[in-house]
Amino acid sequence: MAEAMLDVRVWRGAGDGAFRTYAVPRRANQTVLDVVSWIQRHLDPTLSYRFACRVGMCGSCAMSVNGVPRWTCRTHIAKVAAEGALTVAPLRNLPVIKDLAVDMAPFFAKWARARGQFDPRSGLGSEFARVPPASPERAAADAGIECIGCAVCYSACDVVAWMPEYLGPAALNRAWTLINDTRDGGRKPRLAAVAGDAGCHACHGQEGCRKHCPKSLDPSGAIAGLKRMSALAALKGEI
Amino acid sequence: MSEARSIPAWRSRMHPSWIAFLIHRLSGLALALFIPVHFWALGRIVESEAALDAVLAWSAHPLVKLAETGLVIALALHLAGGIRLLGVEFALWRGRPGAAFAGMIGFALAAGLLFLLNAVSG
Amino acid sequence: MNNPRGETLLWLAQRASAAVLAICVVVHLGTMIHAVRGGLTAAEILGRVRGQAGWEMFYWVFVVAVAIHAPLGLRTIARELSGWRGPTLEAATALAAFLLALFGSRAVTGLVG
Ligand code: SF4
Ligand code: SF4
Ligand code: FES
Repeated sequence: MAEAMLDVRVWRGAGDGAFRTYAVPRRANQTVLDVVSWIQRHLDPTLSYRFACRVGMCGSCAMSVNGVPRWTCRTHIAKVAAEGALTVAPLRNLPVIKDLAVDMAPFFAKWARARGQFDPRSGLGSEFARVPPASPERAAADAGIECIGCAVCYSACDVVAWMPEYLGPAALNRAWTLINDTRDGGRKPRLAAVAGDAGCHACHGQEGCRKHCPKSLDPSGAIAGLKRMSALAALKGEI
Repeated sequence: MSEARSIPAWRSRMHPSWIAFLIHRLSGLALALFIPVHFWALGRIVESEAALDAVLAWSAHPLVKLAETGLVIALALHLAGGIRLLGVEFALWRGRPGAAFAGMIGFALAAGLLFLLNAVSG
Repeated sequence: MNNPRGETLLWLAQRASAAVLAICVVVHLGTMIHAVRGGLTAAEILGRVRGQAGWEMFYWVFVVAVAIHAPLGLRTIARELSGWRGPTLEAATALAAFLLALFGSRAVTGLVG
């Protein structure tokens, strides 16, 4: 019996590149990342792409799979290519370096702009700070803390595509997580950094981020929290 | 370095909240175009009752009634879409996006149907 | 960009007017569905609203909320899809709000007499 094959269209080149088609043998329990790696090892060693952990922890393997942004190491072919066709492209909304590797610099620059770094408040003392697991702040921070920085949400968001200065769901989710961290002291400058229409108020609740986040996080819910809190701050004249 | 051209993204948009967004935007645009006309037509009553009646008589035409029903549906869609968005933004409701979407469409169609039935009934 | 406070307050104005409109539109939908039965005439519309302080109040609130809400929505679309920014956009938004309020108030004064 002939081996079952998969027709895989893969983006080659930079932003002005094009798709090239490869035939890849179908295997049981095969992931999209397995397919891309097979092409690189057996058909074309010049194919560029990224991965590290292969178990959904590092966030480096995200690509556009049949037009949907996904983490490729945990995306099974059985799920996305039932009809034997597969299109793999670099993430949307980020510059392409080559083939499937995008430049993540603009994405993380926005984390910095949203003040995504922990800013310890004064008076924490030298002991471990206790954050009661059952407190509402802890629950709100926990809701967003598992982000792996994969940029799937960023790639899914049309507001990012339309307004290039928009901070995007991941950076805003990070800001909301820190705002709910009771050890953090940077709330006001952070609210000022994320308010307005380059920040949380540009979001229309399209929820592509919530739909596609591989960690099932809800950046749109975090953004809604930022909208309310910064609107209150604006009314009080704090930002 | 630039973004890749010709990467299809429409499939990533095929989920309830995105379609709700699209409908909300299109219905909002339609209303924004219609409302000035609507105000103008009503404003003619300043001139005379007959002037408004002239506009209203024109609206008895079946095609105009159908267009009016479209506007009623657009209004109901925009209302329901707006309530969905306020629900998300003010954390009033955080259930399944599909349920909100179904409610939005159902409400608008019901309003449109009621309007149309009343409009054609003698 | 660069005016987080201003943009935040505009967002708030749009949502506040939306909440008011949500109530107005429910009433308006109900009225329309009820009133369209048997065809509309100017006399019928006037008979309902003329001299009724409640309806007069209602339509004034409705018009003001529309004049705030619609131009801000169009402004957002313009900023997103065309990259139109700056003083000309703000002026166009203000003009749209003014014209809507003008047309709307003409309609209301006509109706309530
Ligand atoms: S909910 Fe907001 S951030 Fe998330 S994809 Fe939609 S517009 Fe973007
Ligand atoms: S929020 Fe989700 S989709 Fe976005 S970067 Fe984090 S893990 Fe990835
Ligand atoms: S390779 Fe680390 S998340 Fe996929």
